[in-house]
Amino acid sequence: MLDRRDFVRELLADRGDLLVIAGLGSATYDAAAAGDHPLNFYLWGAMGGALMIGLGLALARPDRRVAVITGDGDFLMGLGSLATIGVKQPQNLAVVVLDNAHYGETGMQASATQSGIDPVALALACRFKQARQVALIEEAGAIRALLHSGEGPLLVHARIKPQDTPRVLPLRDGHAIKQRFVAALNN
Amino acid sequence: MHSPTNIAIAWPEIIHHQFRRVGIRQVGYVPDAGHSRLIELCQSDPDIADVVLTTEEEGVGLVAGAALGGQRAALLMQSSGVGNCINMFSLLRNCGFGCVVLVTMRGEFGEFNPWQVPMGSITADVLRLSGFLTCRIDDADDVEDIVAAGCDMAFDGDLQVAILLSQRLIGRKQWTR
Repeated sequence: MLDRRDFVRELLADRGDLLVIAGLGSATYDAAAAGDHPLNFYLWGAMGGALMIGLGLALARPDRRVAVITGDGDFLMGLGSLATIGVKQPQNLAVVVLDNAHYGETGMQASATQSGIDPVALALACRFKQARQVALIEEAGAIRALLHSGEGPLLVHARIKPQDTPRVLPLRDGHAIKQRFVAALNN
Repeated sequence: MHSPTNIAIAWPEIIHHQFRRVGIRQVGYVPDAGHSRLIELCQSDPDIADVVLTTEEEGVGLVAGAALGGQRAALLMQSSGVGNCINMFSLLRNCGFGCVVLVTMRGEFGEFNPWQVPMGSITADVLRLSGFLTCRIDDADDVEDIVAAGCDMAFDGDLQVAILLSQRLIGRKQWTR
């Protein structure tokens, strides 16, 4: 299984003009730990909403690649979004589920993926163009290439270790996060 | 099979015209009989991406993503759907995403289904508590002014605006057997 920090750092290396939506909790800390960037939209709440923010952004900017990086808890809360995305078929949207099979922010309670609920099968059932699991850091380069050029909508189910990582806290002011993102995207 | 009837036809065209005037490019919706004509107008508009949602709260994320990408978005939902959005509305308020939500009312004037009443009777209060400027339309003659003003306030000021379309406006829901 993957170390989440190493994996996300590899995914966001040489990121070019990639647009990133980071799901609340550890995914936001992972994205920040990989290097703060104005084209990161960090979520601190709105659980279950990361994929839909990615869809709205992907539809608005078909000329850019969008990566949603989020945890299994946020992903599971917004499962209906898979169907919504599957209907619209945004070719420029990639979803990375960092799955430690636990609710890490709240005491490591088991999530549904621990019982075998399968994000890859869910995505394929919802007409994602491709979906795959990754558990080895050696595959991170191939996943990074997928984010930049794979035909979407696509989903990556990243099996990560249920470890306790230090929090790396980025901007928390929602207006500031938004304004910085919008300014960077439009320049 | 039941089918709704008695849907007025003029005001949806007026709302669609306002969407075009302010440059709304994405419209998310969970279908409602009262919104059926407006949904058709959005679907047939090549400048608008119509997004059918599995639950209304998805639309809140859609609006935020559209705004990050420089596009304006609106949401169409029934009063029952407002309750599905409450926590997700925090995204709009925390970040200042301009948004227009058009809500067709159920659970009021002439409602035949008591299951619509609990949410319909608190819809306006829930929206206000969630940070929305909330305005209600009872008369078709008011649609143009209020929707125009609501769109301008939302997108000029990055505000959240909800416009309630009353059951008297959209027509009491009738059922044929």
